[in-house]
Amino acid sequence: MSVLAMAASLTGPGHYVHWGVVQISVANLVVIGLMVITFVIALLLPFPKGRSKR
Amino acid sequence: MTTADVRSGAQELPEPADEETPTWTGWVRRRALKSFPPDQLLPDRQPIYVASWIYVFGVLTIGALLVVLGSGAALALEGPTWYHTSNVGHFFNSLHLWSVELFFFFMVIHLWGKFFMAAWRGKRALTWITGAVAFLGSIGTAFTGYVVQTNFDSQWIATQAKDGLNSVGIGAWFNVLNTGQMLLWHVLLLPLVLGVLVVLHVLLVRKRGVVPPFGAINEPAQTPAVAGPAPAHTDHEEQS
Repeated sequence: MSVLAMAASLTGPGHYVHWGVVQISVANLVVIGLMVITFVIALLLPFPKGRSKR
Repeated sequence: MTTADVRSGAQELPEPADEETPTWTGWVRRRALKSFPPDQLLPDRQPIYVASWIYVFGVLTIGALLVVLGSGAALALEGPTWYHTSNVGHFFNSLHLWSVELFFFFMVIHLWGKFFMAAWRGKRALTWITGAVAFLGSIGTAFTGYVVQTNFDSQWIATQAKDGLNSVGIGAWFNVLNTGQMLLWHVLLLPLVLGVLVVLHVLLVRKRGVVPPFGAINEPAQTPAVAGPAPAHTDHEEQS
């Protein structure tokens, strides 16, 4: 089973990251990471030019 | 009264009639038109700085919310037996879950963008507050959704959550083990409050305008952001 399939599997116990008092599931960490990436892209990616009035 | 008076009076009849007839419907109409002129309520142009992807996440959040409400209505119509057993029911169940995921995903990015833009500037404090309370209300709505799935997952979550709620003294009033109570919170009370807050939030955005980024004040007009001959509202002023 690939790493991705293992991470997405719902049949086993969840995967967690421990960092001192912080404990977070890998799934939640991935979602937070995706939000940060999307936020940065939204700031940097140029917006398409609007149509000029006919 | 001369003929000329009658003519001029006939031309301006609606306005004096409004003023002279003290009805609550007329008062509401005048207040609504004064607070939300049609071109401000439904604008067809936006300032140049709105031409950025970060300004898109508010409407994406509303779009996701509409899918949440639509899929939730389908689940409510057919019931748990349907959405636990049939293929179409599974689809709508998943649609409800993933639209909620997207709703929070977009809302958090919208929140980050507005936070770093200090979007409460320019008399927009109430806009910020309604957004923040709507965010907290959404968490409550999602939470009650988790405990009314009517499966083992919801039982597990409810039994874990009751200890936290009992520890802060609201367990007797807000009983997560009472599925009927949680269901009514989830499908009636919280969506109602959330709906009112969202409408109020959008109306306030229309009234105060989209918050300008730092440094955008009094900048010279540039090319239009959206269709239109010139950017409207480029003279947004900070009124902090």
